[in-house]
Amino acid sequence: MAPIGAGAGAPHSRIMGVGAYRPSRIVPNSEVVDAIDSSDEWIQQRSGIKQRRFATDEETIQMMSVASSRIAIERAGITPDQIDCVLVATVSHLLQTPAIAPAIATELGTEHAAAFDISAACAGFCHGVALGSDMVRGGSARHVLVIGVERLSDITDMTDRGTAFIFADGAGAVVIGPSQTPGIGPVVWGSDGEQYDLIRQREDWRDVVGSDDSPGSGVMPHLTMQGNPVFRWASFTMAKVALEALDAAGVTAADLDVFVPHQANMRIIDAMARSMKLPEHVRIARDVAEQGNTSAASVPLALDRMIEEGDARSGDTALLIAFGAGLAYAAQVVTVP
Amino acid sequence: MATTEEIRADLADIVNEVAGVDADDVQLDKSFVDDLDVDSLSMVEVVVAAEEKFGVTIPDDEVKNLKTVGDAVAYIERAQG
Repeated sequence: MAPIGAGAGAPHSRIMGVGAYRPSRIVPNSEVVDAIDSSDEWIQQRSGIKQRRFATDEETIQMMSVASSRIAIERAGITPDQIDCVLVATVSHLLQTPAIAPAIATELGTEHAAAFDISAACAGFCHGVALGSDMVRGGSARHVLVIGVERLSDITDMTDRGTAFIFADGAGAVVIGPSQTPGIGPVVWGSDGEQYDLIRQREDWRDVVGSDDSPGSGVMPHLTMQGNPVFRWASFTMAKVALEALDAAGVTAADLDVFVPHQANMRIIDAMARSMKLPEHVRIARDVAEQGNTSAASVPLALDRMIEEGDARSGDTALLIAFGAGLAYAAQVVTVP
Repeated sequence: MATTEEIRADLADIVNEVAGVDADDVQLDKSFVDDLDVDSLSMVEVVVAAEEKFGVTIPDDEVKNLKTVGDAVAYIERAQG
């Protein structure tokens, strides 16, 4: 048996730069209320959402990904050829195959970086951060680009009272690279397939197409969500997971500067913070008010806004948690770049 | 064993904390939605807090049957059995 070389990774990993792309078209609640017989007041009371952004035809998954990534790469102080792997978390790239990641990697100018998509819905970005961190430490990549990107407006039923006012579009990206000190804590993650149907694509593509005997609807299979059970799971079960991520990183809530939960709904964010008994000084991401729920893009978009507005400063300790369809979830403590 | 009034008072504190409703308004004949303005998401928070406080389980399917404070107190009393 020939000895196999083990390769060598970095001692630790960190987030080196964050970038975001917010689509150009701002959609206030007044634009979505008629189709769901609702009101601005009801939407704000129910979700804290004041407006969201929908991508135009030109603002494709690839275009938004590249735009947010270029900013993240520049802020990381590296060049695209230094990126060894591109991970794209998304549920709204509407080609079954190939993944969108290789196209993004090439447009960015990487040199044949490994590139693939992650299917973990709203939790996908934090899954990507965990994978990227482990790749850097394991020696599979020196720099990993992790992108969360969605065009949920393509797969939202604008007449569904449960989801039409929630989902939105956008992209966020981070570069993960080597570090002498720990900048990304251990991930706490998992899944719960017993609740597989709580958030899901309404029907299988084969049912959409149908057969000669029973033709399908031919209608885009939209996302569906059972709001109250999701609220319960997200607000309470996920609060426990968030606290476990603090424990895993050896920090306490008192050590925390910033909390960036998945921007699902302001009511979930508030309930989580109450349930976790976060100290007053912890600044909490509330990007959902302006951006809606952008699934895999929500955590990097929210982190980017906090950095831009001075609520998250370089060296701050931040807790990230993302959760969604699957059900799937992932959380980790990171140092703000 | 807690009395009906004790359960009501503890539940009133929970409703106050979650939804900001004056605890004195949380009386047995009051409807969560119509009288106290507790919407379905706040109701989920009330239920989870009540589960912890009273050591009972209140499944999602059951929550829709708890229309009044009295319904909730009666459910908790039965569940504590």
